[in-house]
Formats: sequence, C-alpha cells, structure tokens
Amino acid sequence: MLSQFLQFLFSGITVGATYALAALGFTLIYNASNVINFAQGEFIMLGGMLAVFFAQMGFPLPIVLFLAIVIPALVGIFMEKVAIEPVKGADTVSLIIITIGASLVIRGLIQVWLGKGTFSLPAFSGDEPIHILGATLLPQSLWVLAVTALLVVSLWYFFSKTLTGKAMLATSFNRTAAELVGINTNFVLFLSFAMSAGLGAVGGILVTPITMTSYDVGIMLGLKGFVAAVVGGLGNGLGAVLGGLLVGVLEAMGAGYISSAYKDAMPFVLILFILFFMPRGLFGGKSTDRV
Amino acid sequence: MHKNAYIGLGLVIAVLLVLPFVLPNSYYMDLAIRMAINAIIVIGLNLLIGFAGQISLGHAGFLGIGAYASAVLPTHFGFHPLLAMAAGAAATAVIAGVVAKPIFKLKGNYLAMATLGLGIIINIALRNEAQWTGGPDGMAVPAFALFGIELSSDKQWYWVVAALLVISVWASLNIIDSPFGRALRALHGSEVASQVVGVNIVRYKVSIFVLSAVFASIMGSITAHYIGFVTPNFADFFHSIELVTMVVVGGMASVFGSIVGAVLLTALPQALATFEGWETVVFGSVLMLCMIFLPKGLVPTLASKFGKGD
Amino acid sequence: MSLLEVKDLSIHFGGVKAVQNVSFNIDAGIVYSVIGPNGAGKTTLFNLITGVYKPTAGEIRLDGELIQGKSPNELAERGVARTFQNLQICMNMSALENVMVGAHLRLDRNVFKAAMRWPSMRRRDNELREEAAELMKFVGLEQYIHARSDAMSYGVLKRLEIARALAMKPRVIFLDEPAAGLNPKETIEIDRLVRKLADSGITVVLVEHDMKMVMNLSDRILVLDYGKKLTEGTCAEVRKNPDVIAAYLGAHA
Repeated sequence: MLSQFLQFLFSGITVGATYALAALGFTLIYNASNVINFAQGEFIMLGGMLAVFFAQMGFPLPIVLFLAIVIPALVGIFMEKVAIEPVKGADTVSLIIITIGASLVIRGLIQVWLGKGTFSLPAFSGDEPIHILGATLLPQSLWVLAVTALLVVSLWYFFSKTLTGKAMLATSFNRTAAELVGINTNFVLFLSFAMSAGLGAVGGILVTPITMTSYDVGIMLGLKGFVAAVVGGLGNGLGAVLGGLLVGVLEAMGAGYISSAYKDAMPFVLILFILFFMPRGLFGGKSTDRV
Repeated sequence: MHKNAYIGLGLVIAVLLVLPFVLPNSYYMDLAIRMAINAIIVIGLNLLIGFAGQISLGHAGFLGIGAYASAVLPTHFGFHPLLAMAAGAAATAVIAGVVAKPIFKLKGNYLAMATLGLGIIINIALRNEAQWTGGPDGMAVPAFALFGIELSSDKQWYWVVAALLVISVWASLNIIDSPFGRALRALHGSEVASQVVGVNIVRYKVSIFVLSAVFASIMGSITAHYIGFVTPNFADFFHSIELVTMVVVGGMASVFGSIVGAVLLTALPQALATFEGWETVVFGSVLMLCMIFLPKGLVPTLASKFGKGD
Repeated sequence: MSLLEVKDLSIHFGGVKAVQNVSFNIDAGIVYSVIGPNGAGKTTLFNLITGVYKPTAGEIRLDGELIQGKSPNELAERGVARTFQNLQICMNMSALENVMVGAHLRLDRNVFKAAMRWPSMRRRDNELREEAAELMKFVGLEQYIHARSDAMSYGVLKRLEIARALAMKPRVIFLDEPAAGLNPKETIEIDRLVRKLADSGITVVLVEHDMKMVMNLSDRILVLDYGKKLTEGTCAEVRKNPDVIAAYLGAHA
C-alpha cells in the first residue's frame, strides 16, 4: 500500500519537476511580454534531442550539456525576434496562434533532421535503483529534483537580489514605467525567452534518461507545463513550481489509482476543474487579459 | 446582404456547378469534397473566432464527437444515421454549453485553455474506449441512407456537400447581417459598448460557441459517413490547429475567406504528402507568416486592396 | 417621485473612498450636470449608476426600482443609455452599424430566423437602417452615413456614440464628458446637440468640465469634491456657493 503510494509519488514528483521548469518558462515569458508561449514544450524537446545528438557525435559531457542548453536559448531569442517582436501589441489570440506556428516549425525541423525515432541518454549516475520503503527511486530522479531545486533557488536569488532580475520583475509589473526609468525592455524580453528556453532544455535533458525523447514529446510536455502554470496562477513563479509538482503528482496518482489509460488526460481535467472553480489558480495569478 | 456578398455567393454556386465536369478523375473529386467539407467547418469556426472574437483550440474534438456518434450509435446500438447525427449534435451542444458557461463568466481569455483541455480529453477518451470506438485503429462507419437511398458514389456525395456549402454560406451571410450577428460583432469590437446597448455578453458568447460546436459535430458526422472510416486522429490537437490555420489564412471574419483558407490548406497536405515532416514546418510557417504579414487573412486583405470594403 | 433617486451611494477601492455617501434626485426631463475638480469621482459615479461598478453601500432607484449592482445590459433594458469619455466604438463595424446595434433590445434577435432570412426580420432591419440614418442626421453626421467607423475622427465619433445611445430610445442618457478633447467648433456642435436632446424630452445627465456649457444647458447641478457631495442646486445657486468657488479656485481665491 505505502510502497505503491510512494512509487506513484516519486514518479509524479520527477515528471512534475519537468512540468515545473516548463511552467516557470511560461511564467517568465508571460510576465515579460504577456505572451502565452505555446512553443515552450519544444524547448524541452530540443534539450533532450540535442543532447542525444551531440552525445552520439562523441562530444564530452560538458560540451553536450552546454550545446543542448545554449542552442535552445538561442532558438528562443531568435523566435522572439522573428515571431513576437514584429507583432508587438497584437491581441492574445493572435499571439497564441503565432507561438503555435513557431512550435510547429521547430518540431517539424527536428522531425526532418533527426527523424521520428525515440532516443535515450545514459543516466548521469547509473541505473541502480534506490529502494525506499518498498518503492524504487531512480538515481536520475534525484538528479532531476536536485537540479530543478537548484535552478529554482538560483532564479529566486536572481529575481530578488540582482539588478537585472529586478529589472525583469519591474518590466512584468508595468512595462511603460520600466522603460521610463531606463530599463531596456527589449533586452528583458530577449532574456526572458532565452532563460525560459534554457530552463525547458535543462528539464528535457534531465528527464530523457527516464522517459526517453523524440521529436514530438514537446507537445504534451508543453501543454502540461502550461496547465501547471495556470494551476499555480499564471504569472506567479512559486505557483508555477508548485503547480508543476502538483500536476505531476496528480497525474501519477490518477494513472495509478484510477486509470492508466487516461494518464495524459489528467492534467487537462485538472485545468478544467481549476478554471471552473479557481480560475486564478492556487496563488491568484493574473488573468490573461490585462484589463 | 451586401451586393458583394451576392456576387460572392453567385461565384461559389457557379464554381460548384461547373466543377464536376472539369475535374479529371475521382481523386480530384474526393479532394473537392474534402475541401468543401472543411470549408463548411471553417465557416462555422470563423463565426466564433473571426466575428465574435473568441478562440477554440479544440474544435476537432467536436468533429470527433459527431464522427464517432455516427460510427458507434448505428454500429453498436442500431441507430439510424440521421438520428445518430442528431444525437451527436445534441451531445456536443450539451458539452460545449456546460464548459462554456463558467468559462465565459470569467474576465480574461480563458477559453483558449479550456477548449484546449476539452479537445485533448475528448481525443484521449476516443482513443481509449476501444470496445466502443475501435481504439487508435478506429472503426468503420455505416453508409448514410435516407429514404432507402444510400449515399455511396462520389458524385452523390459531391452534390450533397456542395448543397450544404451553399446553404452554410447563405445562412452565415444572413446571420452576420442580422441583429444577432451585429450583437456578436459589437461584442468583438467593444464588449463595454455592446453591454451598454443591452447585449448579454455571456449569453451571446455561449450561444456562438455552442452553435459553432454543433456545426462541427454535424460536419464530423458527414465526414465519417463520406470516408466510411473514422480514427481518433480526426479529433486531435493538430487537426484543431489546422482548422484555426484555415480561419487565419483565409481571413478572420470573412465567410468567403473561410472557403479560401479551407481550399488552400486542404490541398497543402496533399501536395506535401511526399515530404514527411515538412508538412508540419510549412503549416507552422504559414501560420506565423500569415499572422505577421497578413493578420486579416487573404480575402479581407485582397478585398481592401481592391477597395471593396467588405 | 423622481426618475432617479440616489441615496448614500458609496464605493471603496481598497483604501480609496472614491464616492462617499452621495445622495441626490433627478427629475424626469431635465438636464442634470455633475461637476467637480479632477478626481472628484464624477466618472465613478456614472459607472455606479450605469452598472459598470457595484457600490459598496447605498441605493439607486430608477422609477422606484432598486437598480444598484445590476449589470450594464440590465440597465439598458430599463432605458438607461450612456456614452463614454474615451469612446467605445466598434471599429470593426461601419458607422451605420454602430448606430443600428443601439437598437439591439428593440429587435427580434433570433439566430435561426436570421439564418433563414425571415422576411419580417429583413423588413425590420431595413426600417432600422433608415432609422439609424435619421439618427445620424439628427446628430449632424449626415455625410458619414456610408462611412466606416475607423475612418472617422474623434470628435465625429463622439457624436456617433450619442446616435447609438439614442437608437436605444432611452429614458435617460448619461453623457460622460461629451466635449472632452474637442476643439471650440466641435464643442459648439456638441452643445447644440445636447440642447436638442434635452428639448426632445429625454432626461440628460452630464459630466462636463466645460463650465460655459454646463451653465448654459443645466437645470440643476451636482458638485462633487473628493468623492463627496459638496452642494446641489440650480446654476445660479451653485455659481454663488463659496465652497464651490473654493474647491475650484483654491481657498484663497
């Protein structure tokens, strides 16, 4: 009984950490530009797929990690420049459609380049499962949780203690005011896309040894990350993290106790539930239209 | 109706009358039929997105409900196809209404998320309930029969679908230029303004959402009978996005734009059939380029360039 | 019984008491102006009466019926029309259609009949088109009858909003700073238009900064300051009130 519960909990938190990183990415971009970036999932996919590609080419691990994080970040910046900037100020619906278009382009290009196969990465510190109270925990899961926690703490530090971070926060509260005090809001925008892509990519790399990767993992991961962001309260960083973990755990619990066939549907049932009863999410984020 | 609208309708009728005689073979007939079906779906979707200014990222889900109603109910429960279609439409109306009402009461554009979630849930359900739906492999759909006459040949289907298209265009043009249609467009233009002249915002948004969902459901049923087979892919996220792309490319808030968008983007996957993977890239690029350079869509942009003003 | 009775109306936004315990009555058929320095709460008061805001306390009665807290479309059903300081025009529709939509509640809005081009609905629509054109003439916009609203200037659109409000055949019309942003010539035209409205028997409630217009047109004036009622009365009474003078010109005027 307990071991089963713990098993579900472990797998839920692990995948939940990926959702948390995705949700943070959504939050960053949403706060900086009011855009709901449907391409967020593709950044996660890029992280995993690029890591596989560079690892297969024989590069040493640090290089692999570097490239698999930086390239998606650059893709993020490119996307901002090419797709978002030209339509600054367009309405919510238009922006959503554009980011969906971008996600299709990224996914399609990877499909053409790397094919439709499923790939994996070797676990960072081996496959020997750890046994806790009858449940097994993969060492890779610990990596996922540890790195995610590290990133979350770093982000917290960044936003509350550094000038750049505070500038980003200021932009998210009131863009015009931020510009008026000399903050380069365009740079903030670039940075938010780069960071959000980087975060997603890290999540993708970390979780590939466990769940494998392929050209189309981005869709579901991104959508679920989006659900997590809304559950936590769109625009709220802490909410994003907790939302991600919650979605992951609920998904695992639902799959384990109710029906594994409907595993993928759980997050979406959750979002309907949240929208019906708690549209502001757990931490009262902003609605998607700044009235 | 505007004079231009009459001209447009006349053009559509003319093209539809001539087409069967110029199309070389059944492959092209089939393509034309699929284009017409998509055009009708997109016209309904455009009423929601273009005219009322709302969004649906899960419209294929409603297509799926209609399609599977027409497959499952006759096959497992002995329903007559027409009754099955009506049942599918009724179920869609209920689901759409139940979801839309609380969503529209909220301030802000939560509809995108809600429709997304709904569409995915429907898709997964269709995929999972294999004993009824045949699962991921899909199931066969019995032929559509009315008064003992079975619709089976391409030619028969063509005339049925063509007639439905003409009716849809005519009905939509009428709706747009009516008190209901004006209230809808006012809602899009300025919610506050429409409220102060007496428009009940929530009620109108729910109405148009349910209406366009039922449109989709009925067309889902028709598609199912035409193709004779239905799979869960019919109701997946990508299909929902394809439909939105057709609206965007052809022209939001344009009935004829819906037809153009449907024609172009039904032909596109066929043209790209040999280039696997590129289809996604092209679709995505088309979406982006269109929103950036032609935000109003093809038909409205061309129309204003030629000074028609409608 | 007055047409509109407001009793102890208040609204707080967090710590800000935008409107505090304001009471006044408006009789049918008069021109009633609400004036006060910037930030006095005039537009907030309008928003309270026309359903855009819900008050935190107080009552509003229209013809004896309690209406505070009702939504704008419910108030429209009761014959309340309003225009906006910063315009709320549907730029996606033509000028004439903007006016036509004002008649929304007076029409059969059934979508199925619309789809089928029901003859009675078509006939009504054609009549409405004529009626809307007449209204545009009434407000002095005859030359714009076939224009698109996104091709019209600010001053012209302000009058279009009034035409739209009139299409509702309202009992009372709330004009929120109709002269704001207008040049002198346009201001005279608005002045004449408001006078025409008043002469036609509609109750007109006006928020305005242009004192000349206010003094010319109004039967009674309500003066607000810091969300509270300073005084209320005829033009002559208000003009001579020392508190009003002090509020506008400073205590050492």
